[in-house]
Amino acid sequence: MPESEAPPIDGVSVEINGHEVIARKGELLIDAAERAGTYIPRFCYHERMKPVGMCRMCLVEVDTGRGPALQPSCMIECTPGMKVDTESEITKKAQDGVLEFLLVNHPLDCPVCDKGGECPLQDQTMAFGPGESRFVEEKRHKEKPIPISDLVLLDRERCILCDRCTRFAKEVAGDPLIHFINRGNDTEINTFPDEPFSSYFSGNTVQICPVGALTASSYRFKARPWDLDTTESTCQMCSVGCRISIDSSRDEVQRFAGVDIDPVNWGWLCDKGRFSSEAVNADGRLSEPLLREGDSLIPARWSDAIRRVSDALAKASSPQAIGIIGGARLTNEDNYAWAKLAKGVLGTDNVDAQLGDGLPAEVVLGLPAATIDEVCAPGGTVLLLAPDVKEELPVLFLRLRHAAVSDRVTLIEISPRTTGITSLAKASVQPRPGEVGELVRALVARSNTDRDIAGIAAEEINAIRALLSAANGPLKVVLGRASVAESADAVVDAAAAVIEARPDTRFLPVLRRANVRGALDMGMAPGVLPGRVALEDAREWYESRWAKVPASRGLDTEGILRAAADGRIDVLVLLGADPLSDFPDQDLAARALTGARTVVSIDTILNASSRRADVVLAAAGFAEKAGTTTNVEGRVNTVSQRVTPPGTARADWMLATEIASRLGVEFGFSSPQDILDEIGSITPAYLGLSIEALAASPDGIVLPLDLPVDELVDEIIEEIIKDVAAEIETETGEPVDEFIDVLAMTDDDGFVAGSTPRLVSFVADAPLPVPPLDSYAFRLIATRKLYDQGTIVQSATSLAPLAPGTSLLVNPWDLDRLGVAESGRVTVRSSRSSLTLSVTSDPGVPRGAAALVVSQADVRVGELIDVGDPVTEIRIETA
Amino acid sequence: MARLTAENVELATEIIGHFPRPKSALIPLLHLAQEQDGHLTDDAMVHIADLVDVTPAEVLGTASFYEMFKMEPVGRYMVNICTNISCQLRGGEELLEHAENTLGIRPGQTTADGLFTIEDVECIAACTEAPCLQVNYRYFHKITNNEFDELISELRSGARSDIPAHGTLAQVRQHIPADRQAGSVVPENTEVPVWLSVSEDGNA
Ligand code: SF4
Ligand code: SF4
Ligand code: FES
Ligand code: FES
Repeated sequence: MPESEAPPIDGVSVEINGHEVIARKGELLIDAAERAGTYIPRFCYHERMKPVGMCRMCLVEVDTGRGPALQPSCMIECTPGMKVDTESEITKKAQDGVLEFLLVNHPLDCPVCDKGGECPLQDQTMAFGPGESRFVEEKRHKEKPIPISDLVLLDRERCILCDRCTRFAKEVAGDPLIHFINRGNDTEINTFPDEPFSSYFSGNTVQICPVGALTASSYRFKARPWDLDTTESTCQMCSVGCRISIDSSRDEVQRFAGVDIDPVNWGWLCDKGRFSSEAVNADGRLSEPLLREGDSLIPARWSDAIRRVSDALAKASSPQAIGIIGGARLTNEDNYAWAKLAKGVLGTDNVDAQLGDGLPAEVVLGLPAATIDEVCAPGGTVLLLAPDVKEELPVLFLRLRHAAVSDRVTLIEISPRTTGITSLAKASVQPRPGEVGELVRALVARSNTDRDIAGIAAEEINAIRALLSAANGPLKVVLGRASVAESADAVVDAAAAVIEARPDTRFLPVLRRANVRGALDMGMAPGVLPGRVALEDAREWYESRWAKVPASRGLDTEGILRAAADGRIDVLVLLGADPLSDFPDQDLAARALTGARTVVSIDTILNASSRRADVVLAAAGFAEKAGTTTNVEGRVNTVSQRVTPPGTARADWMLATEIASRLGVEFGFSSPQDILDEIGSITPAYLGLSIEALAASPDGIVLPLDLPVDELVDEIIEEIIKDVAAEIETETGEPVDEFIDVLAMTDDDGFVAGSTPRLVSFVADAPLPVPPLDSYAFRLIATRKLYDQGTIVQSATSLAPLAPGTSLLVNPWDLDRLGVAESGRVTVRSSRSSLTLSVTSDPGVPRGAAALVVSQADVRVGELIDVGDPVTEIRIETA
Repeated sequence: MARLTAENVELATEIIGHFPRPKSALIPLLHLAQEQDGHLTDDAMVHIADLVDVTPAEVLGTASFYEMFKMEPVGRYMVNICTNISCQLRGGEELLEHAENTLGIRPGQTTADGLFTIEDVECIAACTEAPCLQVNYRYFHKITNNEFDELISELRSGARSDIPAHGTLAQVRQHIPADRQAGSVVPENTEVPVWLSVSEDGNA
């Protein structure tokens, strides 16, 4: 496990192959040996799961004072004075025997096996096994492969019954849908008939299977490991920021795999992230710019397309007549270049990376922050005021699950409807939409309440209040927008209530989209400038560094769309944004696209909104450009280029730089690195960030830094230099002094003078009053599912069919009251519009509310929602 | 014949109540389902999964480990003939052959009338009485061919009411009165294990 490498204070001294090794207290022998450089072969042991001792491959000779004996090193903890021999004759004989035994039934189909070339069984047989087989009998035969889910296939002949996949399913994912079936020689992994392994995390089993028994349908027979080129990067399918490796062959992305970084993903990925690899080469990727001619978009030359955009921008009647929406798809460098273009060149503050479905930038940037590790710290108490993390930020769900199941973390959930984490929570309540602020106020109040609030009984409120006041240490809050059918005000109000009552509370704001956090950090929101600073606080700072700074606070996405709908926007730029599909209020989005004079879309694939644009610029996508990204925690890590973008598609930062240049301002950026240098030297929260610092911290860097990064880098360099110097000294016997001079040289690439503006802090506006309860109306809850109609999911062929669709979900009590039969058709009417769809009873939806899933086929939930209302009230009638 | 009947759900609830964790009732409930249907149907396994809060895959995983749980329909009488060493020496294999000829089926098969299934089994721990067999897990010792034929005709004619249909483990169901139950408390949630505290009280 990649933790600190320093020997601990209360270590345990053991002897491995004649050398003393200091193991951590309670450390497994297999881990201690590996840390000391002795790799003990293994199949079943995985450092992120509990050991089971299934395969016996890790047998080594251990002497604990009673004479040497073979022991499975994955099952024994180091004890003082233990003597271990991993290379003795007896150990070797045991390894040899275990391998021969495993190979008894293992087919010799390496040449047609996906795992061939990266297979632990193959490798360990080569390294530790017998050269020849003595087995002449018939091997076990089974139908192969069989699909165990839409994404994973199982070849039972190849399985060595290591229990990794099944342990993962039960222990890590909590979806024990695969299991050992039968006994003895007949044992196999399988699902229950007709109940597939449809876990959101199923792809991890393919990655950890030590043989080719589990393969991914998206990668079968695609490439061989020795043909693959690999680069590490950071997943951009949501904002958790899991570390991944991108494998390509012949300039085509073949697959993504999880890379273990301790503070974030522990090597796991969700299936959406993992199989989004298919979307990189999707059909329909834009490879050239398009210009509108009448009803169609016609391929054009870059110079013409860019001129169209820069002319439109130059001719805009005022900076306020320009609006830019989007940024989550972009890298930090892209976002910085666009923020600089928008705010520093065009002078407009009408910029918003969110689509009215998140939280205000000041809330995200201003609340005292907690990292994932801090949220999951053993024994703590976490208040979930968030969307369904399993659906929106799956690997964060895995971390929270581990915290609750193994680290005694108390989860308390306040959500509009039950979620994938409800069963793990100590308490979970579903307040009426729009009233969560008032509820939370009572939960953190000094004394018990005697009345019901938001539909939650007083006793229940007091019980949770007791749990919260019993919390050990500061409370941690996971904060996000659980339903887009109600305004963000209520949850912001809830956050304000918590921080007022318990000022030491720390927050993990969970926005969903890829690099949305990085976009906000880079100033892609109204009222802020790059580096987590408020426009007003940082005006002076940026006036001396940029050509200009917007005169006043601009509009958010809702405001921009309203202005556009009223004909007050001349140029609307969509940076990878599709308001027509993703903005909660679809009527407003449609009117805005009609009302804006020129609509420019910069994207990788045409979407509903870009089909209506006047200019479409083809952008380089994930794996096609390098840069940095910032995850939910505010942790910066790198994204890397592995393949060439299609056709002439270009990175977003290039487009911003070129447009600026046409408008007469030279940014001087010729690579993402140039931009990162500027970010690291002028944007307050990112001061000191550099490519060297990132290279030195594979876990990413949480900003702002306590210690300026330069010092950090210097420290690291100093360490390296000292090591080298010491080595040279021992070799040559002469002291080495010059190195100290080198050190001195690295000292002065210093900091920007002047006082840096203070970072944004949280202020809550008073929420809009919620309308009184109407007993005929239902309040709408609009949530998300992992798989939806989003362009990337829909362009990954394996994922596209997994979008589940939606029906109207109503509490069985209400269904009864309405007199509607399960699966009956109903008409849902809001002040905006009406929809006819079928209804499903769902006890997870509170009484008086009805739930829909957004972005699913056929049901356009956004047509019902008016973003001006604090809650969306609907009426349900039989159709 | 699928999910547990209403009556059996009631029994199941009682059985679950005997254990600190619902999951612990899994095997008793599998027996209950097998008693109901003669074998374990998929529907029953799904139902049990529901009752004890595990996944159907986990139920199947556990059930399929045990030879006595049948995933396919078997005859009303499961005839297990031992062919392990002691019985083999005393004519177990000949007995099996005789059974095959008499019933016209091979081990693992069921007679067309659905009455008998034969299995050849490993030692069933009655070596001193070899050759031996079991019918629905009831022992028959030192069996000759004639005795076998007689047993079969008795079973056919319904004269052996002492041997219930396949799946029934005991003909009398034990109901533990509430005051004699150890109590369904999860061990982690009690400081003194319930059985200890109960016996302490008893001693006091
Ligand atoms: S399928 Fe793979 S991971 Fe699962 S038990 Fe078999 S060998 Fe292990
Ligand atoms: S949780 Fe998010 S970042 Fe991680 S693999 Fe899934 S989509 Fe990618
Ligand atoms: S790795 Fe230790 S028994 Fe499998
Ligand atoms: S060998 Fe037949 S009962 Fe033991």
